[in-house]
Amino acid sequence: MNRLSWFNAVSLTLGFAFLYIPMIILIIFSFNESKLVTVWAGFSTKWYGELLQNEAFLDAAWVTVRVAVFSSTLATILGTAAAYVLVRGGRFFGRTLFSGMIYAPLVMPEVITGLSLLLLFIGIGLDRGILTIVLAHTTFSMCFVSVVVSSRLVTFDRSLEEAALDLGCSAAQAFRLVTLPIIAPAVISGWLLAFTLSLDDLVIASFTSGPSATTLPIKIFSAVRLGVSPEINALSTLMIAVVTVGVITASLVTKRAMMRQKQDEMAAARAE
Amino acid sequence: MRRALLIAVPYVWLLALFLVPFFIVLKISLSDSVLAIPPYAPKLDLSQGWAGIREFFAALDLENFVWLTEDALYWKAYLSSVKIALISTILTLIVGYPIAYGMARAPVEWRPTLMMLVILPFWTSFLIRVYAWMGILSNEGFLNQFLLWTGIIAEPLTILNTQKAVYIGIVYTYLPFMILPIYSALERMDESLIEAAEDLGCSRVQAFWLVTIPLSRPGIIAGCFLVMIPVIGEFVIPSLLGGSGTLMIGKVLWEEFFANRDWPVASAVAVVLLLILVIPIVLFQRNQQKQTEAEQ
Repeated sequence: MNRLSWFNAVSLTLGFAFLYIPMIILIIFSFNESKLVTVWAGFSTKWYGELLQNEAFLDAAWVTVRVAVFSSTLATILGTAAAYVLVRGGRFFGRTLFSGMIYAPLVMPEVITGLSLLLLFIGIGLDRGILTIVLAHTTFSMCFVSVVVSSRLVTFDRSLEEAALDLGCSAAQAFRLVTLPIIAPAVISGWLLAFTLSLDDLVIASFTSGPSATTLPIKIFSAVRLGVSPEINALSTLMIAVVTVGVITASLVTKRAMMRQKQDEMAAARAE
Repeated sequence: MRRALLIAVPYVWLLALFLVPFFIVLKISLSDSVLAIPPYAPKLDLSQGWAGIREFFAALDLENFVWLTEDALYWKAYLSSVKIALISTILTLIVGYPIAYGMARAPVEWRPTLMMLVILPFWTSFLIRVYAWMGILSNEGFLNQFLLWTGIIAEPLTILNTQKAVYIGIVYTYLPFMILPIYSALERMDESLIEAAEDLGCSRVQAFWLVTIPLSRPGIIAGCFLVMIPVIGEFVIPSLLGGSGTLMIGKVLWEEFFANRDWPVASAVAVVLLLILVIPIVLFQRNQQKQTEAEQ
């Protein structure tokens, strides 16, 4: 079927309208002159100006970015290792427990993860701050990375690795020269996923942060509890813009990488 | 040797930062709460060896758990969390399935774009997406402005700070989790099966019920678990959209911890919540493992 039936066309239109209209309204009203967020009073960018002068928000944003960079990088390394072990590791002692610990955090309510990590940090006497948030974020986002990477690992042709080993590569060389380039798009999207999960997180960060380290979502949450404000709309618009540009760039990059890979594979097939 | 290291590092990390903390929660849920920093008195004293452990079991009174059953607030919160999670999972399925179906039947060259359009909101901050609805659902919000303007209603509807707003918020934020697994199941489906069913005398509706739905079942199951389990412990949506009338256990735990500073009771709430979730989490893992093995 190459043509969209009317039923599918309607459900797609309504579905995407539902997904996007709230955010579009939010973005439009960030440019509203009035402090009343539901009444349009003319175009203005003054809320963006006020936002850039708000030291508390800027500080929180800087903490959030640092936490996200560290935790997503750590999570990518650990998560890729975990995925490799799960898919290629064969049987080892406690494998069921291991895969359980990978899948459980995906659905674990954040209040439980947050509370349990906080009690651990207090138990071992670790001061709450950036370090504890990084540890907490790494723990749950490495599981997401591992799911993304393992879904790429299961689909790729294992004989490529075996060929590299036959041709004299060590296991480490085979991983670096063959496996890693092939799973690279998945590793990159895993990193991006971990990065945004960390940027977004409110609940776990609230439990594991101390007074010295307030992240942006914690700041936004305490502001939003008092009601809707145009300044928060402006901040939300900026965050949506960053994510949109990031996701589109990433998808273009991975698309190009995959196309190049396909061309290489075809060239190799012709050479045979 | 290298393989052992590769296994050990993520393994030990998860043991230390995922599994061990649960035992600490369990231990603190059995402690007494006191006015101190940290605000609990540990009952288990391992430094005294066996005597400490024996004393711990002799004095074990589970008082925090007894407290949970005595105060109606807690079991009402558990019940209403489970109820809200079940209803909103069904609602998300009803809204999500047609979208996933439409995506899987769209022209092949559209699919990557449609897929990206579903994923994009998922990458945007959860908090912002919930916040967006506060301006829409309030009494003078956009939905009421629109409905008053069209003349459908004469008086503004009260939606914000009721359970209705919680359902809308959950369906909205969790929709991608439902769409993506169903879409990936439907996309793999061989469309000639539908043609075969129709050739054999099925109507289109029958073919949908007898062929499409059963073949997309793994996706439906995965999607429902991905929505239901986290929603039971949801905190952000009920606290921003639900008002004081919405009772959910995630919110109770948060308040017990941050407002009342009663760590032992908060831990007991978490332990019971975890016990409720164990069955769906195990079922979800089984489902995922079966899927992975089927793909391999």
